[in-house]
Formats: sequence, C-alpha cells, structure tokens
Amino acid sequence: MASRHPVVDWATDFDVLDPGYVADPFTVWDHLRETCPIAHTDRRGSTWMPTRYEDVTAIAHDVERFSSAQISVIPVAGPVPDEPVLPYGVPPISADPPLHTWTRRLLLPWFSHRRVDGYEAMTRELCASLVDGFVGAGRADAAAGYAQQIPVRVIAHILGVPGGLADEFTEWVRDVLEFADDPERRRYGFERLTGYFLTEIDRRRSEPGDDLLSTLLHTEVDGQPVDERLVLGTAALVLIAGVDTTWSAIGSSLWHLATHEDDRRRLVEDPLLMPLAVEELLRAYSPVTMARVVTADVDVGGCPMRAGDRVLMNFPAANRDPSVFERADEVVLDRAVNRHVAFGSGIHRCAGSNLARMELRVALEEWLARIPEFTVEAGAEVTWAGGQVRGPRQLPVVFP
Amino acid sequence: MRIRVDPDACQGHARCYGLAPELFDVDDYGLSSVIGDGTVPPELEDKARLAIANCPEFAIEELTD
Repeated sequence: MASRHPVVDWATDFDVLDPGYVADPFTVWDHLRETCPIAHTDRRGSTWMPTRYEDVTAIAHDVERFSSAQISVIPVAGPVPDEPVLPYGVPPISADPPLHTWTRRLLLPWFSHRRVDGYEAMTRELCASLVDGFVGAGRADAAAGYAQQIPVRVIAHILGVPGGLADEFTEWVRDVLEFADDPERRRYGFERLTGYFLTEIDRRRSEPGDDLLSTLLHTEVDGQPVDERLVLGTAALVLIAGVDTTWSAIGSSLWHLATHEDDRRRLVEDPLLMPLAVEELLRAYSPVTMARVVTADVDVGGCPMRAGDRVLMNFPAANRDPSVFERADEVVLDRAVNRHVAFGSGIHRCAGSNLARMELRVALEEWLARIPEFTVEAGAEVTWAGGQVRGPRQLPVVFP
Repeated sequence: MRIRVDPDACQGHARCYGLAPELFDVDDYGLSSVIGDGTVPPELEDKARLAIANCPEFAIEELTD
C-alpha cells in the first residue's frame, strides 16, 4: 500500500482513498463546489477533480481534449491491470473514436431494453433464492451476502457461462475486483478469467453460437477479422464493468433503506414508486467515477490542465450539485426532475445502464417483498469501498 | 403539443422511454425516437414534460409552430 498522509487542503491535495472521504465524500464535495469546484492533487500524478454538474458533463462531452485512454481512477490498481494480454485495452470504455464507435455499436444490442427484459426472470429467481438463504436467520450481510452475489451471476448468464461454473466464476471476479492490494490473489483471478475466455473464444471459432463472444469474433472491420485480443478486452469489459458497479448501487440503496425508515416504509407501501426511486437512489449514491487524460493543454474554469494530466469524472458529486438538484443532499424518492448522470454523459454513457437499472429494481423488489423491515445491526461495522466505485462492502442488517 | 428527439444529442440513457413508453421508442442501439410524428395527446402532456425534464443530454424538445 502506498503511504498516505492526511489531507489538509482538499482543493490542492485531495485524496480519493482517504478513509474519511470514502466513508463520507459528500461534505468534501459540498465544500469544494463552494470554494474550488475543480480540485487538484499531485498524488498519483497531476490530477484534477471537477465537482460541479456543469463542468463534469462539459468535460465528458469534450472527447477530443479528454481521452478515455486512461480510465482508472487509481492508475496502478484500476479494474483491469495493465496487461500485455490486452493491448487494445477494454474497448469501448477505454477507447476514443473511431475504435470506440464500432466496438460500442457491437455491444449495445446485447444490452437493449428487449434483451434486458429477457434477463429479468432469471435475475428475480436468483434474488429470491439468495433471500431464501438468510430470511429465516433474522440477519444477513446485505452487501457481501446479497448485493455482491447478484450482478456477476447475471453477467455470467449473459456471457453463456454454464450454471455449474457460476460460483467459481463469481470468486474469480471478486478476486480481481476486491483484492486490488493483494497482487497474488488478483493475478490468480485475472489469469483464470482470461484463460476461461481464451478457451471459450477458441471454441466459438469452430462452433459459433448466438452469443456475444461469437458475434465479436465473427465481425469484420475493413475486411479484416477482429483481433482476438480485442475480443478478449471487450469480454473483460462486459464482465467487469457490470459487476462491482451494480453491486455497489444495490448495496448503497439497501444501506439507505436500512437507515431511513420513512423511505423504506414508503417504498414498501407504494411499489409503483420503484422506478422513480431507483433513479433517485442512483443519483444520490452514484457508485462510479471514471478518469480521462488531457490530450492538449486546456484551461477549464481557470484551471490550467496540461497534456497528460488526469481528470476524475466525479459523476457522483455532479449528481449532488445544488445548482441542478433541489434538496440535492436529500433522497426524495419521487423526485420528478432528475437529470442525473450516474451512468455518465455523452458518448461513453454506460452501455449496460438498462441492465443495471433492472438489476437494482429487481434486487430491491425481491428484498422488500420478503424483508420489509430491516435495520443495520446495532454495534456492527458498515465498511465502504471507494475510489473508482463506491459502495458498502460489509452491511450487517437484522430483521424480525 | 409536439415533441422531437435530437438524434445527435441522444446518447441512449432511455429515461424518456422509462417515463413515457407511450411516446417514445428505443432502438437496439439505445437511440430514442418519438412514436408517430411526435404529437402528444393532451392526457400525456405531463408525461412528455417529465421526459423533457429528465433527459440528461437535453435531447428532447417541444416543437413550436
């Protein structure tokens, strides 16, 4: 672990891994928006962090000056290690046009409304079976035992991973995502995953099916087949981008409902509120921050950004900007005007947003149907992960 | 009331479709479009305004003749 000295001035020396910030970033954002809306740090290289909605969305749309070639918030330990096996990165998220454009177009149909509707029954069954496992015990870890178990199994299903392998597959993904400070464990998970995909890629060369990997493999670009390492990168993206992001949204939402009795009751009594509530929970607890790299010197709001500097796209802070959202720091379950950017903004809008919304809604519906009353266990510790993706990692709750 | 979706601004957030599926369709690539010529029946005008107010890309506009 890198040594970490405490932050004295958030405007000039912020640290997104500061433990206090990970637990409560909201007061820091409010302070920065008022005093220095684009903060800077030299920790891990020269890095800027806009906190206002207007700045974050403007930078997201300026894809020429702000490249997605470096998307990891923490350069040494992002979601995908800097692997020679992935020379193309994990497009489209890590790509700029034109590579971004066609790789994204290949992916989008797999996450369309129509497709996602088809995954709902499986997701509901999965959530119900997880609740079955602990409903009688009167207690559960709503993060590790529920939220973290859902998205990877849904993605595995979409990728065509056989059911019998789902548990092992889930562990590999958790090794990669949750053990950034344990290189051995992370590498083990990463090697198992890439090995699995390479085998699957080989199989689909001779036996193409109606699945995402086959489609990617049998696509031609300018008359040439797509490089296998690019297919691997995109498969890795599909797997990884939809896992800790979504489980964090589910976990944060359950944390909110465990700690806000009025909202919990309201949602139980009025299930029709769920679609608006899902958007509001996504706004208030947006899990994901992405990075960009500056391609040419540019001045933004008086901040001299230099080519090579990094910018943290603080979508979560943008979503609590009081100049855009009334009562920005409150959860208003039926908020009618909610232009949140939890899934980003511009051409990199999360390709899996339909899927993530469905998973969050179904996970909350299935939980609340069986466990309408629950609170955080007295004396138990709730822990949060932060950086690229913020959400609870341990959320012990009790229920009657 | 008539509305349209700017296809260059739409990035496929699908908030309009979620709020007012009677008024919008979304294609396989996430691109939204109005159903028909974008004329909004009076009983759906509130929903249309809600869709306009929730689009993160400001891609939906009310047409004025």
